[in-house]
Amino acid sequence: MTGINPLWEVFVRPRRGLSHSHVGSLHAPDADMALRNARDLYTRREEGVSIWVVPAADITASSPQEKDAFFDPAADKIYRHPTFYEMPEGAEHI
Amino acid sequence: MPVEPGAQSLLDQVAEAERDLVDAAARDRPDAESDAYFDAVIAADQKIEPRDAMPDAYRKTLIRQIAQHAHSEIIGMQPEGNWITRAPSLARKAILLAKVQDEAGHGLYLYAAAETLGVDRAELYEQLLSGRQKYSSIFNYPTVTWADVGAIGWLVDGAAIVNQVPLCRCSYGPYARAMIRVCKEESFHQRQGFQSLYVLARGTRKQRDMAQDAVNRWWYPSLAMFGPPDGDSTHSAQSMAWKIKRYSNDDLRQRFVDMTVQQAEVLGVNLPDPDLRWNEERGHYDFTQPDYEELMRVIKGDGPCNRERMANRRNAVESGAWVAEAASAYAAKHNNRQEAMA
Amino acid sequence: MTDFRRVLGLADDALIASHRLSEWSSQAHDLEEDIALSNIALDLLGQARLLLTLAGELEGAGRDEDALAYLRDEREFLNVQLVELPRGDFAVTVVRMLFFSAYQALLYETLSAQGGRLGEIAAKALKEVAYHLDHATQWVWRLGDGTEESRRRTQHAVDRLWPYTFELFETYGDLRERWIETVDPVLTRATVTRPADDENRFRPTGGRDGVHTEHLGYLLAEMQHLHRSHPGATW
Repeated sequence: MTGINPLWEVFVRPRRGLSHSHVGSLHAPDADMALRNARDLYTRREEGVSIWVVPAADITASSPQEKDAFFDPAADKIYRHPTFYEMPEGAEHI
Repeated sequence: MPVEPGAQSLLDQVAEAERDLVDAAARDRPDAESDAYFDAVIAADQKIEPRDAMPDAYRKTLIRQIAQHAHSEIIGMQPEGNWITRAPSLARKAILLAKVQDEAGHGLYLYAAAETLGVDRAELYEQLLSGRQKYSSIFNYPTVTWADVGAIGWLVDGAAIVNQVPLCRCSYGPYARAMIRVCKEESFHQRQGFQSLYVLARGTRKQRDMAQDAVNRWWYPSLAMFGPPDGDSTHSAQSMAWKIKRYSNDDLRQRFVDMTVQQAEVLGVNLPDPDLRWNEERGHYDFTQPDYEELMRVIKGDGPCNRERMANRRNAVESGAWVAEAASAYAAKHNNRQEAMA
Repeated sequence: MTDFRRVLGLADDALIASHRLSEWSSQAHDLEEDIALSNIALDLLGQARLLLTLAGELEGAGRDEDALAYLRDEREFLNVQLVELPRGDFAVTVVRMLFFSAYQALLYETLSAQGGRLGEIAAKALKEVAYHLDHATQWVWRLGDGTEESRRRTQHAVDRLWPYTFELFETYGDLRERWIETVDPVLTRATVTRPADDENRFRPTGGRDGVHTEHLGYLLAEMQHLHRSHPGATW
């Protein structure tokens, strides 16, 4: 009887210092159970230190058809990426 | 305890598929406005994602395949679960319980991947129970002795991995990612089976006989897991073009046989095929094909355990319906959303 | 009671409780719960193995975890009867989990404070048991305060299992008051009631002396038959 249980998207923080990443989804009757089920399902092998669950129905997604308008401006700003900067030889730890 | 050959290279292949997935994504993406967008993504070995436009037949093929795969994981819990309460040592009991639990997890990852294509898990359950969607024929054979648990781990999981590793490169992103996760966990399954049989094959006379008997019964059904021969396979060509499937049934079957012969020697069990021998010219082992008529009978529902497996599954869903209803009623009453853990 | 028998009783509690939970594998109402129940069964099995090993060492007769699990008969098992009762429906399972894990949580807390080998095992198990208690609590709330049917089943489970909870406190009598303080609010929020403490009513006992319900024999027959069919074999 999954039909009456909503779908939840699960995000796990693998280690301290890293962001939560989407790992998959599951069905649960409410947030409390979704969180617990996510722990059992997606961190059986100690894959995480923190979990978020979000009702799948509450996620607003950009459409792939809008890809250009949404993401192209960022693609111009290559100076945001560290590889833009060529480092002189001998500069360490940067 | 020797490391069984093949397993490491399979894990390497999974890691390589994962790297390629990331690399392909880093390359320029085809123009989303273009009509040929879908074909271009496939041609570039990039991944189709859930909200991309895709041909209806591609979507349907994927739903059918992913659902069948998920069903196989869930029904596959039964033959091995059959031995959890009787496992002969506490260590083996813990391993088996964890393994069967993993299979529930794999089923869940796969149902989740199917759901990104716009079907609900409840619908897929219904398709399974009504017989419209199938699951792997192998799980319709009975586990009659403890050695069957080892033979399933070694042969059935071994065959499954050979089948699944290429799926880590499937063109549909959620399926490929689910398979990478599944394959990484699955290698523990094959190893535990191999190791369990290895101990039996070096045990008492009764244990050795038990191990050989299990291998005798599971060998041909394992070969049949790769499906009908290429000439008779109805879905293959289109699936290959779409990069859902990357190798033919017969190619994968051959790969499995070539891997397994050497493992059997290390184990000290005989594969029950008098015609199994190395063919220098082909660079592969020649072997006797499984009985494909039997495979068709089992797929149609007339294997030794089809009826029991389905009755068990139906019972779990129906006898627990009141639990899901209760949880849903409670959620409606309390409408609770808890702060996520930090 | 010797240390050996005391530790063995706790080991058997965990082992038999794990066995009953493992019977749910592939039978739970959905996959998420199947996975959760297996997790808890695995935790309890892990506890049982550590405790059996310790019991074997305390006894000093060379019995390891498998010798103790597979080669003792009904009268030598020292678990409380609560854990051996048949699996029942999901309401029986979660109500029993509530009663048993609330007891284990208090007991392990006490034992971990006492230190020693047993204290170390108890301290490790304490985190696991807290999770079991949480899981049971979540479900008892939902089933008790869910639908009419689920409430009826939950009430029935509480009525059926309550008499078996007295045996939990035969050795550690002072824990019962705190146990009631844990369990009562859960039942109240779940809108079910528990039987009043009436000394003249049914209060089964005997588990700690190896006197069990008729159910344990069948459980052991299933659990032990393969191991016993191959004397001396390695697995």
